[in-house]
Amino acid sequence: MEKIVDIGKYVEQLVNWLTDNLAFLFDIIKNVGNGAIEGFESVLLFLPFYIVIALLVVLAFFKVGKGGALFTAIGLILIYLMGFWVETMQTLALIIVSTIIALVQAIPLGIWAAKKPLVNKIVKPILDLMQTMPAFVYLIPAVLFFSIGKLPGAFATVIFAMPPAVRLTALGIQQVPQDVVEAARAFGATNRQILQKVELPLATNTILAGVNQTIMMALSMVVIAGMIAAGGLGEKVLEGINNLDIGLGFESGLAVVILAIILDRITQALGQKK
Amino acid sequence: MEQQDHKIAVKDLTLIFGKNKSAALKLLEQGKTKAEVLEKTGCTIGVNKASFEIKTGEVFVIMGLSGSGKSTLLRCLNRLIEPTSGDVLVNGENITKESNEELLETRRTEMSMVFQKFALLPHRSILENAAFGLEIRGENKEERLQKAQEALETVGLKGFENQKPDQLSGGMQQRVGLARALANNPEVLLMDEAFSALDPLIKSDMQDELLELQDKLQKTIVFITHDLDEAIKIGDRIAIMKDGVIEQIGTAEDIIRKPASDYVKAFVEKVDRKAIVTAESLMFKKPTVVQLEKDGPEGVLRKMRNIDTNVLPVIDKNKSFQGFIWLPEVLKADKKDAATIAEFITTEVPSVYGHYTVEDMLPLITETKTPIAVVDEETNRLKGIVAQTSLIIEATRFDRDEIADLKEQAIDQ
Repeated sequence: MEKIVDIGKYVEQLVNWLTDNLAFLFDIIKNVGNGAIEGFESVLLFLPFYIVIALLVVLAFFKVGKGGALFTAIGLILIYLMGFWVETMQTLALIIVSTIIALVQAIPLGIWAAKKPLVNKIVKPILDLMQTMPAFVYLIPAVLFFSIGKLPGAFATVIFAMPPAVRLTALGIQQVPQDVVEAARAFGATNRQILQKVELPLATNTILAGVNQTIMMALSMVVIAGMIAAGGLGEKVLEGINNLDIGLGFESGLAVVILAIILDRITQALGQKK
Repeated sequence: MEQQDHKIAVKDLTLIFGKNKSAALKLLEQGKTKAEVLEKTGCTIGVNKASFEIKTGEVFVIMGLSGSGKSTLLRCLNRLIEPTSGDVLVNGENITKESNEELLETRRTEMSMVFQKFALLPHRSILENAAFGLEIRGENKEERLQKAQEALETVGLKGFENQKPDQLSGGMQQRVGLARALANNPEVLLMDEAFSALDPLIKSDMQDELLELQDKLQKTIVFITHDLDEAIKIGDRIAIMKDGVIEQIGTAEDIIRKPASDYVKAFVEKVDRKAIVTAESLMFKKPTVVQLEKDGPEGVLRKMRNIDTNVLPVIDKNKSFQGFIWLPEVLKADKKDAATIAEFITTEVPSVYGHYTVEDMLPLITETKTPIAVVDEETNRLKGIVAQTSLIIEATRFDRDEIADLKEQAIDQ
């Protein structure tokens, strides 16, 4: 079919303009970001695997319970035995950094959207776009801005994983009973006090549900980011696909699933237990 | 600051919801009704030129049905809702002109609020909830927990400090709400339908306790309710609101005996008058009396003839009530040529104080046909008498059968 409107061209021009003119900025981001990711990676890899496993098992035990701790132990040992320990830690580091960056932006944005209807109106369609756009598409500007590697992987991940945290933060704040907010106001609370002492504590569970969602989406995106040499389990999965290596594909996929379940259970429990 | 006996003065307070407030305000000043203003400007009138004064230490009840603007009016007092025009003076200072900082200070120190649905923080303990106002005010932890503890003890919640709100019943949660307000030690308490969400029995208990507390604390309380019985029970004065307008302000008795409008009348018709109308308001104020030292049998007979009665109250020279003298006794005294009627007085008669209600006096009807003397609590001076007929009429205003019953009982005796 013939193209009548060429939106793609404009987007391309915009991205090109950004790449040309803001190259110095992207370089700074890239260096700082890579530093952070590699920092986390080296910590996780510096510690012997059994220490990392022990720490996660203890965390799972206190937050999730016996079953969670057992699953964490068996799952992580299996990953180690399958020979994916380094890749898994790389993936975990990327998830942690991406999630932190995403939350640092998403939570304040969610609060802002909850308070100002206009902001909410503007943010909502953008979030819809961010969530429904096929995840692979984000890899293109990521590569253009930052070339290939871990940081562009994190960049695409942040974009993809942010929306649920924004939405659920806004929802959590909006769900705080109005009479409690009014009571705080009647006692002379400032807006900041209302946020700190009433709204955020009462919205915590909902916000943590958003955090959980963000982590899960970050995990799925980090695997996809294997396509742009972000390393980790994603690269193993990709290798399995490229070589039609069913064994490798299954094993690396299994490692992703184990990591996903552990992260999900632990972060979910954070939201439920007060 | 000049001395004044009222704590809060509200002048021409108006609140308009909608976009075209200034036009609506202008129309309102021209005397247009709520409906007319709504039609012309699309604005709703929340409160329409309310003016009243609340005395220090008074329980002032604002009552009205939902949508009457009573809660809105209350929120204008601490500017949770910004009034469109008019003034609210607390201790002579105009709240409506205060800057944000001053307003926060006012809310933190002078006025505390109690809410219908308690509005407690579910994630905090009872003690922390009670300390919330002090925390907002920036008091250090030790001090605020100390004060909160005292406030909890005042409302009878000692021992519950470490529980969470959802572990307590509604009545107890509202005690926490009250403790939170009292912990701040404000001069003014704003209570927004504070007991409306409670079970009737608990509600009644809470009302009693509030009155008891008020005896001790002497706060100025503005209490919102839609329940006239509640208003009558706890209010020193009551303002009745309808469609944003204050229809009448007065004591419970003023409102019941002299409703200022049909609306108020319709309201009070359902009220149990027996529990409200007092001896003071029912009594005949300057009755003809027999002065024990002055009037002999002749004089008494003359007085009886003058007002066509067979019984008169007797007082001594200090105007202290002595009893009643009946016609047959006077005739006896006259026959014996007695110098005084002292021996012929019926002294075993009931007397009541001015604040006794019709309900309190009803049992007296069945014991004696004598009018009931109303005397001063301290001096025993005769203030007036209540005739049995007026008592019966008052007691049974809306029920013919009851009148008949009471008449029969009275005759039987």
